[in-house]
Amino acid sequence: MLGYYLDLAARSLRRNKVLTGLMVLAIAVGIGASMTTLTVMHLLSGDPLPGRSQHIYYAQVDAYPTHKDDAEPMDMLDYQSAMDLWSARRADRQTLVVESPVKLSQPEAGTPPVMTTLLSVTPDFFPMFDVPFQYGAPWSEADESARARVAVISDDLNQKLFAGADSVGRTLRLRDSDVRIVGVLKPWRPSPQFYSVRGGRFADGDTADFYGKPEDVITPFASGLEINDGNFQQFTCWHLPERQGHLQNSPCVWLGLWVQLDAPAKVAGYRRFLADYAAQQMALGRFTHAGNTRLRSLMEWLDFNGVVPSDVRLQAWLALAFLLVCLFNTVGLLLAKFLRRSGEISVRRALGASRRDVFAQCLVEAGTIGLIGGIFGWLLTLVGLWLVRQQPVPYADLAHLDTRMFLVTFTAALGSSLLAGVLPALRACRVAPALQLKTL
Amino acid sequence: MQVAPVLAALRRHRLAAMLIAMEIALACAVLCNACFLVAERLNSMRIDSGVDEASLALIHVDCDQCNGNDVNARLEGALRALPGVQSVAAVNALPFSDRAGDNGINLDREHYVAVPHFYLGGPGAAETLGLRLVAGRKFIPEDFRRSDIWLSPDTSVWISRAFAERLWPGQDPLGKEFWSDKFHFTVVGVMDHLARPDPSGRRGPDASEYAVFAPTAPGGRTLTGVFAVRAAPADLPRVLREARAAAQKAVPEGVLNLDQSRMVSELRQRYFHQARVMASMLTGVIVALLMVTALGIVGLASFWVQQRRKQIGVRRAIGATRLDILYYFQTENFLIVTGGIAIGMLLAFALNIALMRIYELPRLPLYYLPVGAVLLWVIGQLAVLGPALRAASVPPVVATRSV
Repeated sequence: MLGYYLDLAARSLRRNKVLTGLMVLAIAVGIGASMTTLTVMHLLSGDPLPGRSQHIYYAQVDAYPTHKDDAEPMDMLDYQSAMDLWSARRADRQTLVVESPVKLSQPEAGTPPVMTTLLSVTPDFFPMFDVPFQYGAPWSEADESARARVAVISDDLNQKLFAGADSVGRTLRLRDSDVRIVGVLKPWRPSPQFYSVRGGRFADGDTADFYGKPEDVITPFASGLEINDGNFQQFTCWHLPERQGHLQNSPCVWLGLWVQLDAPAKVAGYRRFLADYAAQQMALGRFTHAGNTRLRSLMEWLDFNGVVPSDVRLQAWLALAFLLVCLFNTVGLLLAKFLRRSGEISVRRALGASRRDVFAQCLVEAGTIGLIGGIFGWLLTLVGLWLVRQQPVPYADLAHLDTRMFLVTFTAALGSSLLAGVLPALRACRVAPALQLKTL
Repeated sequence: MQVAPVLAALRRHRLAAMLIAMEIALACAVLCNACFLVAERLNSMRIDSGVDEASLALIHVDCDQCNGNDVNARLEGALRALPGVQSVAAVNALPFSDRAGDNGINLDREHYVAVPHFYLGGPGAAETLGLRLVAGRKFIPEDFRRSDIWLSPDTSVWISRAFAERLWPGQDPLGKEFWSDKFHFTVVGVMDHLARPDPSGRRGPDASEYAVFAPTAPGGRTLTGVFAVRAAPADLPRVLREARAAAQKAVPEGVLNLDQSRMVSELRQRYFHQARVMASMLTGVIVALLMVTALGIVGLASFWVQQRRKQIGVRRAIGATRLDILYYFQTENFLIVTGGIAIGMLLAFALNIALMRIYELPRLPLYYLPVGAVLLWVIGQLAVLGPALRAASVPPVVATRSV
């Protein structure tokens, strides 16, 4: 029966090419626009650490003196708190994170020095965030405590400086320090660059920068503080630091602490630990309040920072509204198309077809339109994503259609056309055969 | 034209008429809000930065562990020596460049009230940038003091008129004081305009011009390696090219920031790129929306014309003129579109309220509604014109045919 209906649908669609074209166009444009924006949304709002994110937490205590317990704590930690919490080692894994601008050169390569961002972390960073290595391995705990001059570099930088060869053992110059490369990463592009997300609530939706590429050079935390002393930037301060760029023991917050907690009991335990630490610091007189510690999971933290740029969300809503208009349009046109065939439908009904048969036939026709619209919609989505990739936004290189969104495209096209077909089909199968046959 | 018979006929096509009306309503809601968003963005792009953008370029050299005075001297000398350069001055940032320093300020040494951007400039910077003073005095040599941390503890500054209005509404800001941490400031001048480096950084209404201009002696950590270069607009592209080369040569141990060392007009262009893209995308959606709506009207109207061929023939046979038939279909369309617009205005406001909640957008100005309505009426009439003309050309003889 389906084959027959498809044949009927093809004939009917061929009969009025303009009307068919209009409907296909409406669905294709609506699907193209909404799938482009939804794909971007999907890429930007995804989980950067699938399978692990539920064990990753961001710890916050609040050293800001004029805050009260009901205030949101600062987005980052002061040096003292960060070091205390990190060296207590109460979590399964923990890493400190800080970025700073640094002058990078490679004396052997003979290229001019460049300014880049230096990421300084503790060794747990790599296993905790599942960072893939191409060559070498992370530095050891011993390297960390010895403040060894070592570094892990990105695949990008390895391609640029060493043409992709195994560069473990080679040397880079950071500012005036030579560091030995101990590891080279595989291409690694978390979206967003979650470990340095912060301050989103002050960005007013202008959060595209959270989707930048990871830093090219990663050094041990303690080594980084020494190598790049004087170039560290505060998240905020309550007094101006004595020496710019040197923030140890300054009234500033500037460090992030990520912890991995593998069991719910440990999460509760760590929450208690944070609260106890704050209370203890308050007793010591270093904190003015202790009631606003936080331990948010990775996804909660991303959510709290509103990482998806508001422009992207606005585009998605707009595209959906547009799709809705296109659907109304298709409903109207389908209605016209089916009712024009009232005579034909009456003949089928008179010859014994049930209402259900007529309904099915109409839906098959609507579905066919949806499928053709879906194909053009898919092409338009590809064009749309290509346009996104041409934009100078940090997430441009991420905009590709994955299999899931490809399937969603066709499901959406088919689903929306069937939805649009229901009302007209219901009307068509209620056509009174006798009345219509008389006028034939 | 009589409306009653049109309405009576429409009652027999309730569903189709309602569908078109709903489509119009949705289109109206999206149209008004999208137009408003476009206008908002275009508006933010028109901001007066307060500096002579066409004649200014920025040269930015990062020099870590360098002697600031030495670097500045070499850079300034090299830049001044270039043919076509009118003046050169040390600054920390320009409008549309990277931000160099936002600091919270208070009026009573306790309660922070606003976070302006602090532009620092060496001697001659105000003239080089072309800042327009509307009240107060010019800087004198004693104003330019040296500091290793940020600014000298006591600084005479200029502030933008918008910021003065924010701090002391309706009062004369000259001679007023404010603090940031332990630093004390006295307002000695009010500028016509001075935009923040990120004027559309949505920090609240009017925050785009929350800016302070503070005179500082070059050198130290706060005013090193960044220079504003002024040249005739026609010379500027060449001057910038030569200035980049000269800067790299004069400070070989530093790193020329190619991303920032540009003409201010380029920086502006780049700063607003995203807003421009968004505006053109919204415009694209508006056009596509109107097109789809128009096509929907054409499709349905054609169907109705075909369906009523016989009735049209009868009307023609008993004396209706072609114009009567034409007007009939146009009136019908007008009624449907009007219904759609009525619902659409409510939807437009609902959508605007949602946008205000989520995106802190201002309220939709009322005049958008009549403009949107007129636009949709015109589109409706144009879309129905083709089918209506076809209807008008139905000959009366159709009435006498049985099929």
